[in-house]
Amino acid sequence: MSRHYEPRGAGLALETIAAWALGALWILPLVYAVWTAFHPSEYSAKFSLLAPLTLDNFRRAWDAAPFARYFANSFMLVTMVLALQLVLCTLAAYAFARYEFRGKNFVFLLVLVQLMIMPDVLIVENYRTMSRLGILDSIPAIGLPYAASAFGIFLLRQTFKSVPRELDEAARVEGAGPLTVLWRVYVPLAKPVYLAYGLVSVSYHWNNFLWPLIVTNSVTSRPVTVGLQVFSSGDQGIDWSIITAATLMTSAPLLIAFLLFQRQFVQSFMRAGIR
Amino acid sequence: MSRNAIHGWLLLLPALALLALFTHWPIFGTIWDSFHGTAKRGKPAPFVGLENYQVMLADEVFWKSLWNNLWFALGTIPASIVLALVMALWVNSAMRGRTWLRMAFFTPTVLPMIAVANIWLFFFTPQYGLLEQFTSLFGVAGRNWLGSESTALGCMMVVAVWKEAGFFMIFYLAALQSIPPSLAEAAAVEGAPRGWYLRRIVLPLLMPTTLFVMVNAVINAFRMVDHIVVMTRGGPNNATSLLLFHIYQVGFSFWDTGYAAALTVVLLVILAAVAIGQFVFLDRKVHYQ
Repeated sequence: MSRHYEPRGAGLALETIAAWALGALWILPLVYAVWTAFHPSEYSAKFSLLAPLTLDNFRRAWDAAPFARYFANSFMLVTMVLALQLVLCTLAAYAFARYEFRGKNFVFLLVLVQLMIMPDVLIVENYRTMSRLGILDSIPAIGLPYAASAFGIFLLRQTFKSVPRELDEAARVEGAGPLTVLWRVYVPLAKPVYLAYGLVSVSYHWNNFLWPLIVTNSVTSRPVTVGLQVFSSGDQGIDWSIITAATLMTSAPLLIAFLLFQRQFVQSFMRAGIR
Repeated sequence: MSRNAIHGWLLLLPALALLALFTHWPIFGTIWDSFHGTAKRGKPAPFVGLENYQVMLADEVFWKSLWNNLWFALGTIPASIVLALVMALWVNSAMRGRTWLRMAFFTPTVLPMIAVANIWLFFFTPQYGLLEQFTSLFGVAGRNWLGSESTALGCMMVVAVWKEAGFFMIFYLAALQSIPPSLAEAAAVEGAPRGWYLRRIVLPLLMPTTLFVMVNAVINAFRMVDHIVVMTRGGPNNATSLLLFHIYQVGFSFWDTGYAAALTVVLLVILAAVAIGQFVFLDRKVHYQ
């Protein structure tokens, strides 16, 4: 917005106070969790400046469940999903952006179906499919339904369409094949979009819960989200200090990445949204 | 077929195969299975006609979940859209501390729902939770926010709005930044007041974004159940059971796949209605073109 219609004077003061109050309210649950996790459990709901700081809750949470394995599983999951998505979506987006063939529009509509009906709601049928394929309780079973992403195809198609045809033709004149052109011309030009898509995808799949909960049932394949749920609904009693410590641990990779690369994160989500 | 066309299909093939296997096929499979019972001990599922749907009509938990879901949608969508717009206007202004504000508003988006649900669970805890400590200052303590049928769904809505508003803010922020400054200059030259400028210039220009956000919010309202699993498991007395949560329970706690498929059909019909509504009414006004 232009600087003409900025709030001024008393209006500005009032709006600033309201904005800060809302901001404080929004960050409050996280601050509360940090407080609880870093203090002994007798201070978990008691606020005192004299409360001693401790890392004990994190140590106990880490020892109480196989979090190292859960982290490794989540890491493998997001890596696998992102790698597959990048390859599949790039190829498909290239076809939609630069090839002419009969039925293209219809097939594109079929792809867009997934924007509305995501694998998240097809849990019953996808579970049966995984069971038939014999890969229940494995990391590929969690990731495969998301590997061909309509959102990714759509986003990259828009980007590829904006690449000047002259660049494409120039490369072809020099004798480059379709895949070489894709790799040398289109992919480098779409780098910011890949970054944006990558961040959105990684945070989505790191955070995904219901489908992994359904399709896994052992330590060897559970991602951190499911591990956290098994841990906090298990026989921990209700020691909130340990649960919040575990909660912060599972969110830590994304949270730290977000705090470090705030601008890139926000811009990536923006870029992913406006196309 | 030309060589060009063959190349095109080959490029599409891997993605299409996976989409067909995990999106299109399951959609038909859901409809097919909804007319069948549940396979038992190796016997194939028997054809039962409309029986699953008859069961559904008589299933109180289904109706309860459907109504809950409608209230959940009605409660969360307008609130998160209005909040997102206000947040975006603030973050986009020259206000002091706007970087900090942007971070505060957006942080819930990057956190796992399951993790924040644990934090909110503690927040709402009876007796010593933060909310209880706060309300006891005003002498209205002793409420069990998640344990009472009248407040539990409201609590779920608060968590959902908190999680989503910052995400939608981003779309508004992007749209606000694309409004040409010349419009504000022209309005200022005419001496239009701020309220008029926001209402008559900014809001209409944000309309496509609002529609886009709204479609996403509707889909999310029918897809978001992680916090239900963690915080209430649908209780008390199904007061917080949402449609997808009911499907999850029927399908994976009672293992009644035929009935779960019939319930999924209802969800698919709702999502298809949203899609068709968007296609017919909002086509081209929304970002998908």
